[in-house]
Amino acid sequence: MANKIIPIGPYHPLQEEPEFFRLHVDGETVVDIDIEIGYNHRMIEKIAESKSYDQVTFLVERICGICSTSHPFAYTNAIDDLLGVTPPERALYIRTIVGELERIHSHLLWLGLAGHFLGYNTVWMWAWRYREPVLDIFERITGNRNHYAMFKPGGVRRDFYEEDFPWIKKTLKSLIPKFDMFKGAVMDDPIIRARTEGIGVLTRQDVYDYSVVGPTARASGVGIDVRKDEPYAAYDKVEWKVITADGGGVFAKAVVRILELYESTNIILQCLDNMPKGDIELNIKDMPVGEGIGRHEAPRGEVFHYIMSDGGNSPVRHKIRAPSFMNIASNKKAVIGHTISDATIILAAVDPCYCCTERTAVVDYKTGKKVMDGQDLVRLSQEKTERMRR
Amino acid sequence: MRRTEIIENIKVRCGKDLLELNDRSEKRVYVTIKKEILPKIARYLFNDVRARFVIASGVDIRKAIEILYHFSMDEIGLIVSLRVILDKSNLEIESLTSIMKCASWIEREIHELLGVNFKGHPDLKHLLLKDDWPEGNYPLRRDS
Repeated sequence: MANKIIPIGPYHPLQEEPEFFRLHVDGETVVDIDIEIGYNHRMIEKIAESKSYDQVTFLVERICGICSTSHPFAYTNAIDDLLGVTPPERALYIRTIVGELERIHSHLLWLGLAGHFLGYNTVWMWAWRYREPVLDIFERITGNRNHYAMFKPGGVRRDFYEEDFPWIKKTLKSLIPKFDMFKGAVMDDPIIRARTEGIGVLTRQDVYDYSVVGPTARASGVGIDVRKDEPYAAYDKVEWKVITADGGGVFAKAVVRILELYESTNIILQCLDNMPKGDIELNIKDMPVGEGIGRHEAPRGEVFHYIMSDGGNSPVRHKIRAPSFMNIASNKKAVIGHTISDATIILAAVDPCYCCTERTAVVDYKTGKKVMDGQDLVRLSQEKTERMRR
Repeated sequence: MRRTEIIENIKVRCGKDLLELNDRSEKRVYVTIKKEILPKIARYLFNDVRARFVIASGVDIRKAIEILYHFSMDEIGLIVSLRVILDKSNLEIESLTSIMKCASWIEREIHELLGVNFKGHPDLKHLLLKDDWPEGNYPLRRDS
C-alpha cells in the first residue's frame, strides 16, 4: 500500500508548461500517478473566435515557445483544406524547410535536457551549443530566432534569398559530424543504455490504447508520421524515411530523435537544391462556409487543427490538439513500476516541453513535512548514473 | 479499396441511423449519425479498423451542441469525423472511455467547456478549469 505521494510540479524544470504529477510511491517504486493539467490554460480556442483568419496564424504561433511553427503549420493546412487550395510550390518548400529546422533545434534541446537529468552535463552543453547554429539559420532566413511568423493562409509571408543558400548548406553540413558524436555518445555508452533501455516502456498495444503520436509512438515500432501518411507541403517531393525503433523505452525514444536529426537535415538540403522559383502566396479574399482539418508532424508528434467557418472573418470554432495532450496521458502507463530516480527521465521522455521555474517537493504524506525539492530529484537521478559508472 | 470498404461498413452498421455522409475529399469524410449509435461505430473504427483516435471537438451551434469525433486511419491517410448533434434540452451522450482510454481527457474538457454530460465516464472532473469554477458556467457556450 502506498503511503507517500511525491508531487512533481506544477512548476518544474522538466516541463515548459506547468503540469502536475502526483506520484504514489511504495518505498522507491512508483505504484500510481495522477496527472493534472490546466495551470496554463489560456483559452486560445476561444480567443481565435474573435480574431481574423490572418491574425489567428500569429495567435497559434504563441501556443508553444519551442515548436512555435507547428501550430501555424497545422492551422494553414486546415485553411488550405477548407478552401481546397494548394499554395504555390515555392511556398511549400519554404514551409518544409522551416518545419524541419524546427525539428532539429527541438530535438537537440530535448537531448540536452535528457543528458542533464541523467547526469551527463557534457551532452547537455554540446547539444545546446550545436543548437545555436540552427537558430542562426532561422535568424538569417526569417529574422527571428524563434516565433518566425513565416506562415499565412495560402502561402508564406517572406521569400528566401538564393544567396543565403550556400551558407545555410555549409552550416547544416557542419552539424552532421556533431550528430555523429551524439549518436556515439548515446548509443555506444553502456551506462546511458543501462539507465534508459527498458525504462518507461510503452508497448505497441499501449501506443494504440493511448493513441500516442510522434517519436513516442515511433519508438515502440509504430511507424506513424503525418508527413508520410498524408503528405503535405513538400514532404512527398523529397526522399526521406520514417524512423522507428523497437523497445519503446526512453532509450528507443532518444534513438528515434537522434536519427531524425539526420533525416531532417537531409530533407532541408534536398529542398534547398530543388526549390522552384515563383510566387510564395495565393491571394485569398473570402472564406467560404465549411470546415477544414489540418495536421502537421511537429517534433513531438501530430498537431491537429479543426476549423469551422460560417463565411465570416473569424472562425466559428477552432479546435486545437497538441501532441502532448495524448502523450502525457500515457505516462500513467509508462512510469508505474519504476523507481523515483527513473521517474524524472520517463516523464521527460515524451518531451512535454520544459520550464525555467521550478517548484517541486517531496512531502511526507503523514506529517506534511518537506523532504526533497526538485534539485534533489535531479540529484537522485544523477547519483544513480554515478553509481552505475563505478 | 480499403477506403471504400470502411465507408461501406459504416453505412451498413448505421442503417437508418445515418443522417448524412459527406465524402468531402480523398482524405476527409464527415459522417453525421444519431447519438445512440455512436459507441457501436466508434467500436468498429477503433477496435476493428484499428483507427487512431485523434480528438473530439465540440461546438455550440445555438440550437444544439455538435460533437465531432475524429479518427485517423494512418496507413491510408484518411480522417473520418463522426458528427453527433445533441439537443440543448438533453445534453447527454454515452462516454467512449470504456472503448478507448484516450477519450477520457477530451470528454472531461468538453464537459467543462460546453456542459455535456458523458454517461459512464469514471471520473468526470475538471481538466483545464480550476476546481472551484462556478457551476453551470460554460466558457464555449453561446446561449446568452
